[in-house]
Amino acid sequence: MSNIDPILLLSAIIVVSTPILLAAIGELVVERAGVLNLGVEGMMITGAVCGFVVATATGSPWLGFAGAALGGALLSMVFGILTQLFLSNQVATGLALTLFGLGLSALLGQGYIGVKGPVVPDLYLPGLRDIPFLGPVMFRHDAMVYIALLIVALVWLFLNRTRAGRVLRAVGENHDAAHALGYKVVRLRLAAIAFGGACAGLGGAYLSLVRVPQWTEGMTAGAGWIALAIVVFASWRPGRLVLGAWLFGGATALQLALQASGGVQIPIEYLQMAPYLATILVLVILRAGRAPGSLGRPFHASS
Amino acid sequence: MIRLERRPEPSRAWTLATPFVAVALTMVAGGLLFALLGKDPIEAIRTIFWDPLFGDFASYSRPQLLVKAGPLILIAIGLSLGFRAGIWNIGAEGQYILGAIFAAATGLAFYPAESWLIFPAMILAGALGGLLWAMIPALLRVRFGTNEVLVSLMLVYVAEALLASMALGLLRNPDGMGFPGSRNLAQYPSAANPELIAGTGMHWGVVLALVAVIVGQVVMTRHQLGFRVRLAGQSPRAAVFGGVNPSWLVVVCMGLSGALAGLAGMFEVAGPAGRLGIDFNVGYGFTAIIVAFLGRLNPIGILLAGLLMALTYIGGELAQLQMNLPLAAIQMFQGMLLFFLLAIDVLTNFSFRFGRRAVA
Repeated sequence: MSNIDPILLLSAIIVVSTPILLAAIGELVVERAGVLNLGVEGMMITGAVCGFVVATATGSPWLGFAGAALGGALLSMVFGILTQLFLSNQVATGLALTLFGLGLSALLGQGYIGVKGPVVPDLYLPGLRDIPFLGPVMFRHDAMVYIALLIVALVWLFLNRTRAGRVLRAVGENHDAAHALGYKVVRLRLAAIAFGGACAGLGGAYLSLVRVPQWTEGMTAGAGWIALAIVVFASWRPGRLVLGAWLFGGATALQLALQASGGVQIPIEYLQMAPYLATILVLVILRAGRAPGSLGRPFHASS
Repeated sequence: MIRLERRPEPSRAWTLATPFVAVALTMVAGGLLFALLGKDPIEAIRTIFWDPLFGDFASYSRPQLLVKAGPLILIAIGLSLGFRAGIWNIGAEGQYILGAIFAAATGLAFYPAESWLIFPAMILAGALGGLLWAMIPALLRVRFGTNEVLVSLMLVYVAEALLASMALGLLRNPDGMGFPGSRNLAQYPSAANPELIAGTGMHWGVVLALVAVIVGQVVMTRHQLGFRVRLAGQSPRAAVFGGVNPSWLVVVCMGLSGALAGLAGMFEVAGPAGRLGIDFNVGYGFTAIIVAFLGRLNPIGILLAGLLMALTYIGGELAQLQMNLPLAAIQMFQGMLLFFLLAIDVLTNFSFRFGRRAVA
């Protein structure tokens, strides 16, 4: 235990939690609109491969992130069209999206295994980066870390301080009433689903471009499911989402640090279980708040 | 202007036709996709759907059909029960792994003793392993209201880590010169799950899968459990008033599906797989979800869907060997099949109307 550096550990938590946070904030908006998309894992891995392919082809990680967001959003539209226009079961469609995304990404990434991608530089923040302790922990990361936090803040503002955000929440709480008031339920939900897909894509690309950074099949390893769990943990509120992502990031980073330090006599396989067990534990201990009223229910204007 | 209008009754014709239309559309869309990838679409479809049964190597691949369909059907029958009641056990893959670990550990504990009791003991252990693993999400949902989708899924990753630790540690073959993986159970007569009729791929797990189809059909149509499951799925409130205890239903549905998944893992590790290795699980637990839906959550339908999915598995392996397609392309194929199925499903409950809506 003694040879784990707390500064490195905390800094690692920020990096590990960023992809989960990105995927989770997208899913939070989707669920606040009353839609349950269980395909986060599939959209994330598709984002991971799209981001990696675009970034290596153009040499620009930022174009890579843009491509990942686009790829995730496009894939999410398959889910959107099926559930919103064809009124399919959301749980089943989400699962299909995950299976499809895992397969599609493997196919797209076939020639990219072992390829080295472009390096994402750290954002240089003069002054801030030299604050003792806080500087190396918080202010020596790449720009996506701050963009993720910015997106969370903007989503909070959107949901709580704008008219469109209130309409979105109304649609999620009671789609029949919202429809009766003249709001476009299906259109709004499609937009929310696309936003969720774009965010999941960004999260996936963060894995393949920053955290790992390379492409391997199935590299998300459940990150999308953990993002779904964190949304429940956060009671569908953006502020608590950050806390949840950091808690999860903490379990993962600590587990990795313990593996690297070699100081504890626990087999690696048991350490690898830690993040998943921690997520279950958190789901059990912290009872979720009330879910949006129309979550997961299909909407058809006739009924 | 095209509108959807709710049918007064679900269409029986579309309920039956949907899977076939979905398969046909998947072949067309899959063919287009292969063409985009620069592979000959006709050849790809033929390799996946035709060659495993009638191609040059069919004598090798045909028995594989039952070997692969067995676990898929067994798991899907269990899942379909819960899915009908709105109980989502997504972690069958984990329960499958635990069944295999429990069964292999039981068998290996007796090695090299020979007794006819060992195989039945392994069957019990396999069912118990899957059952216990499924009880975690079931009891957490009943007691704490946690989401069973997320918990059962998280436990798949935990089970995979546990499998790796078993293959590298406790259950590693002591005579294996340090390689990971257990002893080969298929070469240990008392624990082996052999091919029953040479050249067919039929083993005890396939027999059990067929029994499960029949029992599932009887339970669904004739037994009170089937009635309660259908009632809870259609109207949870009515079910409560009708005397169905929702907690009881969660525990029973999750427990049954877990036990069946565990049994599938047991028969796999004792037979076709033989040993417990790091890469023992190949995604049957996830594909079984598609099988359950493709079979319309109906036991007979699941039997047919299981055979079809097994075919795509074998075809996928052939396509990988002969056409250099990645194995994951099959996963995408299966996801696509489910998409089409769900999309066409709308026709069961709704009909398309052209033209403007009359003034209501």
